[in-house]
Amino acid sequence: MSAPRRNLPFRFIGKRILQAVLTILGIAIINFFLLQLAPGDAAEALAGEAGTADAGYLANLRREFGLDRPLWEQLATFLMRIATFNLGYSFRYGETISTLILSRLPATLLLMATSIVIALVIGILFGVTAARYFNRLPDRLISLVALLFYATPPFWIGLMMILVFSVWLGWAPTGGMRDITAPDGGIAGVFDIARHLALPALTQAFFYLAIYTRLVRAGMLEVLSLDYIRVARAKGISEQRVAYRHALRNAVLPLVTVVGTNIGGFLGGAVLTETVFSWPGIGRLMFDAMLQRDLNLLLSILVLSSVFVVIANLAVDLIYPVINPTVELR
Amino acid sequence: MRSISFILRHWTTALGILLLAAVILMALTAHLVFPGDPYDMVGAPLTWPGESADTLLGTDSLGRDMAAGLFYGARVSLLVGFASALVAAIVGVLVGAFAGYYGGWTDDVLMRITELFQTTPQFMLALAVVAVLGPSVTVIILSLSAVSWPAVARLVRGEFMVMRERAFVHGCVVAGMSDLRIIFAQILPNVLPVIIVMSTILVATAILMESALSFLGFGDPNVLTWGTMIGMGRGQLRDAWYIIAIPGVALLLTALALNLVGEGLNDALNPRLKQRKG
Repeated sequence: MSAPRRNLPFRFIGKRILQAVLTILGIAIINFFLLQLAPGDAAEALAGEAGTADAGYLANLRREFGLDRPLWEQLATFLMRIATFNLGYSFRYGETISTLILSRLPATLLLMATSIVIALVIGILFGVTAARYFNRLPDRLISLVALLFYATPPFWIGLMMILVFSVWLGWAPTGGMRDITAPDGGIAGVFDIARHLALPALTQAFFYLAIYTRLVRAGMLEVLSLDYIRVARAKGISEQRVAYRHALRNAVLPLVTVVGTNIGGFLGGAVLTETVFSWPGIGRLMFDAMLQRDLNLLLSILVLSSVFVVIANLAVDLIYPVINPTVELR
Repeated sequence: MRSISFILRHWTTALGILLLAAVILMALTAHLVFPGDPYDMVGAPLTWPGESADTLLGTDSLGRDMAAGLFYGARVSLLVGFASALVAAIVGVLVGAFAGYYGGWTDDVLMRITELFQTTPQFMLALAVVAVLGPSVTVIILSLSAVSWPAVARLVRGEFMVMRERAFVHGCVVAGMSDLRIIFAQILPNVLPVIIVMSTILVATAILMESALSFLGFGDPNVLTWGTMIGMGRGQLRDAWYIIAIPGVALLLTALALNLVGEGLNDALNPRLKQRKG
């Protein structure tokens, strides 16, 4: 692994970071103009229709956002606020938006990590099995299951899981992250969160599972026909070992990019799952912001999620040449 | 004609076509089969499917006919799905064609813009557009096309970059044909099969996203959609789960049908892709 390190020139890294910063800038500008499109006065739109907006608050918002200034100055103020993470105050919650978002982040990250790990394990298992039994019964069954998951609305899967596992079987709670009666820490506390996490994590995992399975299957089919696999087989290595130790390593390369995209897009994708399961994360916060038409909070989350995507993409760009030395840096 | 018989040889594609035809038929005949407003109360609330002969699929908590909702919902789903896929395809083709054909700074600028739209999480951006502009069928179509066109643009760009170097295109240039004519009359027809296949998947994705929007309560309040039905049935999950199950299955079957048709079209229209995938 020393070769790729040598061809990871600083120019490549610098160029990618510059691109990432420009992308974030572009997204902030799009968001700014999206806000301009809102019908009516921008201050009123920002304050929301939750009935929290008194005259003093509106005047305060106008001053804070410089809404009485020319458009380009408003844009500059908007960008400065994002750059300094000074996103304003949400009257509905009585907290600054940055505190609000940071306090919701851990729940979403926990849900993301769990669901992506579940999807990866099952997806790789399914994909490898399907490729090994190409066009035979296991392959057809797995492909059918993957297609079904792909075509099912994830929020509906979530509701059906609640119906089966919470209402009928009583195995898991219907929503939330912890019981009021459960202890805060310790093994019992962890167990309580795990019980609440199971259904939302599975729901979210099903959504990725379909894509991962297809990718691994396609990758395995391509790799399994290569010469080095034939050599491995000729050496008498077991099929199991050939599949998982030899072929899989090269077959999962395309998966890295997609998992990176999923990690990046997770804040956005979690809106539905978190709403269905009342999971106290960023997605649920965004939904509440929409219900209250708290546009400032809404757009802050949107910008932040995009920043998350940009960082994830950047990470993939930097990691990829290390795990796949054949890729050319530009 | 050859491609039709080719399609029919694959039973999954045939199944997809059949399902899709059924949904289209439901959408077209909704006002004939159920002449009243689908929001009207027609029977006792929470009648289970099969319990009453008048409402075969049962009624929801306000006594509305589930079957009527299913038929009218098909209209909205298909309208939103096809319209937003069409808009996304047109925008995506224009951006992708110019970026791929001209390359250079045109490509750079167009692709940077495309990336911007791809960076914001799809569903979140659609939600935000609807939140800012207000929920109506038009806004929902626009918001869904706004998040779907980048994928088309990338695909079309890639195809155009390859086509640009083909001998027949060089021939057109030498013959003095204008750029626009080469792009739209010469290259585009060759790329069309790939675009059509992608569009069927776009329709499915758009239908699922529309249902998610209306499930969350951000659908057009003037029309009844499958997502709305599921959203309104959430409160009755415990004692009347059919309210959620029925429109959910309709959504699943519609998206499945579109995916199957897409796969079939892919096999029929792009035989070289099929070969490559083994």
